[in-house]
Amino acid sequence: MSSEIQELQEIANQEYKYGFYSDIEADSLPPGLNEDVIRLISSKKQEPAFLLEWRLKAYHHWLKMEEPTWAFVNYPAIDYQDIIYYSAPKSQADAPQSLDEVDPELIETYNKLGIPLAEQGMLAGVAVDAVFDSVSVATTFKSKLAELGIIFSSFSEAAQEHPELIEKYIGSVVPYTDNFFAALNSAVFTDGSFCYIPKGVRCPMELSTYFRINAAKTGQFERTLIIADEGSHVSYLEGCTAPMRDENQLHAAVVELVAHDNATIKYSTIQNWYPGNEKGEGGIYNFVTKRGKCAGRRSKISWTQVETGSAITWKYPSCILQGDESIGEFYSVALTKMRQQADTGTKMIHIGKNTSSNIVSKGISAGQGQNTYRGQVRINQSAAGARNYTQCDSLLIGDQCGAHTFPYIDVKNSSAQMEHEASTSKIGEDQIFYCQQRGLSAEDAVSVIVNGFCKEVFKELPMEFAVEARKLLSISLEGSVG
Amino acid sequence: MLEIKDLHARVGDQVILRGLNLKVNAGEVHSIMGPNGSGKSTLAQVLAGRDTYEVTGGTINFNGADLLDLDPEERAGEGLFMAFQYPVEIPGVSNTYFLRAALNAVRTYRGEEEVDAADFLDLVSEKTELLKIGKDLLRRPVNEGFSGGEKKRNEIFQMAMLEPKLAILDETDSGLDIDALKIVAEGVNALRSPERAIIIVTHYQRLLAYIVPDQVHVLSRGRIVKSGPPELALELEAKGYGWLDEENTESPTAAQSRG
Repeated sequence: MSSEIQELQEIANQEYKYGFYSDIEADSLPPGLNEDVIRLISSKKQEPAFLLEWRLKAYHHWLKMEEPTWAFVNYPAIDYQDIIYYSAPKSQADAPQSLDEVDPELIETYNKLGIPLAEQGMLAGVAVDAVFDSVSVATTFKSKLAELGIIFSSFSEAAQEHPELIEKYIGSVVPYTDNFFAALNSAVFTDGSFCYIPKGVRCPMELSTYFRINAAKTGQFERTLIIADEGSHVSYLEGCTAPMRDENQLHAAVVELVAHDNATIKYSTIQNWYPGNEKGEGGIYNFVTKRGKCAGRRSKISWTQVETGSAITWKYPSCILQGDESIGEFYSVALTKMRQQADTGTKMIHIGKNTSSNIVSKGISAGQGQNTYRGQVRINQSAAGARNYTQCDSLLIGDQCGAHTFPYIDVKNSSAQMEHEASTSKIGEDQIFYCQQRGLSAEDAVSVIVNGFCKEVFKELPMEFAVEARKLLSISLEGSVG
Repeated sequence: MLEIKDLHARVGDQVILRGLNLKVNAGEVHSIMGPNGSGKSTLAQVLAGRDTYEVTGGTINFNGADLLDLDPEERAGEGLFMAFQYPVEIPGVSNTYFLRAALNAVRTYRGEEEVDAADFLDLVSEKTELLKIGKDLLRRPVNEGFSGGEKKRNEIFQMAMLEPKLAILDETDSGLDIDALKIVAEGVNALRSPERAIIIVTHYQRLLAYIVPDQVHVLSRGRIVKSGPPELALELEAKGYGWLDEENTESPTAAQSRG
């Protein structure tokens, strides 16, 4: 063990004495990944022993894996020894002390989105004290949820307070052997969200990471686990609709959902991370593994995503339809502009009888953006009476962008019904001129046309989210027409 | 209201308008007729500001403003409306949403307040009754899956909602059966007013049987070669356009086929 690591471990051990959060400002590991780093992360989180073992198994498996190259994206090789795997939130002293210190362009975007001043501060990473109430809001929600038996906490907290649930479910949908980035995440994840809805409970509010302030800045390797027990219902919102200031280049998150008999999970995402500049410099690499298991009869998992940020998006929220008559849904809007690249889609794996899945994907490319839909529908031999409907539409703005579709269909039961529709269209000058003649500016015209194109997906979003998604899309499209 | 002087315009290398003059006063209905390729649609598109057409000379004065200086949406804001020959489909956008966005854009341009939802719906009711248009069209996406007749009626409905000062109907009668033609014509007649001017671009006389213009102009090879009372339209219907070319000394071979 190097002396540096040893020293850090000593500091980490000291923190046990004084409490985890008090010494956090001094926290940062040197770049690089080895077993000691993982042990340190685990000990900092005061994790139960099984979790450390699991992390280490994942790490050793990862070492034997190769980074996938099949996605239709290009990026320079990532040096995994040059990444800092544990860095605590910036200290209050380093953070901007007020909005005056934040990039005015970011503030302008917030204003356009109509985000209240207080929330702007939180999004821009202004010292949390300055942001007043958010913590108390979170606490209020938490006690209300606790009355119903709903557990909603950070992943670290859950690992300490409900280790039996974590042990039972972690890796049960996305095993650490699943893929390169999932293995890496399993070894080094720092935090994320955990949610358990007990039998028969209908969660009375949309759950959102937004209200769980202590999960902010969990860094690049988040892990989320949501379990809906029999007959329960939950709607979960991920992300926020304003661009998050984030210095991390690589994000490799894992999300696992489990729905038992008659349970429903609705998972909505709006992703608007930094896309990089016009030359394609900077920007987030968003390499995420999201998968839900419809474990029980008549369970339902519904993914809705609006992806407008990140330099590269590599993401396939999927459903394993194991329970008979279970339902999987995927609704997606992905926008690429400038030099953004997105390779996104879904996998629907039909195992149970009479399972059904519905896929609606809307890809929008502008500038020199490249947008790929990649989807797999697999009907296993056991899945008698399975049904799938796939609709996959692409919209092009300008003549330097690209749209690509790779559907994979694998049917092993002849009673299955499959439908696949695909279209590619271009925003025409005649459409823009028509809108202009009616009084809309060219930019508003594009926004109206694009919002119409995305309508089928937006109607799946919770209402307030849908309004913000529309605004976000309009803002993201600014400057994409000449 | 509108005064066009010596207008020249082209698409690429092809010269289409060659010194066109036209004056239209408030309250008047003018009809522009002419053979294929004479420049009728070009005139409509140039007035609306389509940038496919390059204006190479002349002026257009619209209520004191230099129209050629304005973007298409600014022209709309100034009160210019064009009913399209081929109305464009905008999938997923409901007619109502589109109209409200348009109405608010125009109002904002004029420094007026945006309409609230209740006032907007009142206005919609008023205009659908005036034009005898079913409200089912409103919920459907803009022109998507509309029949030819429905599209043209929708154009007239938009015109009624936006209450323009100058409306240009570009071949609104094309592709309509006689019943649809009557409905559209009744709509246009209902919108005639002393404050509003209407220019009807048409190939045939038949629409003019239902909308009687104040003046008929004949366009040939990029110029207005004859103007006259409504009866001129009947004469054209009977004699065709050929005799006008003979009356004008220029060679007819220069005319090229243009829609």
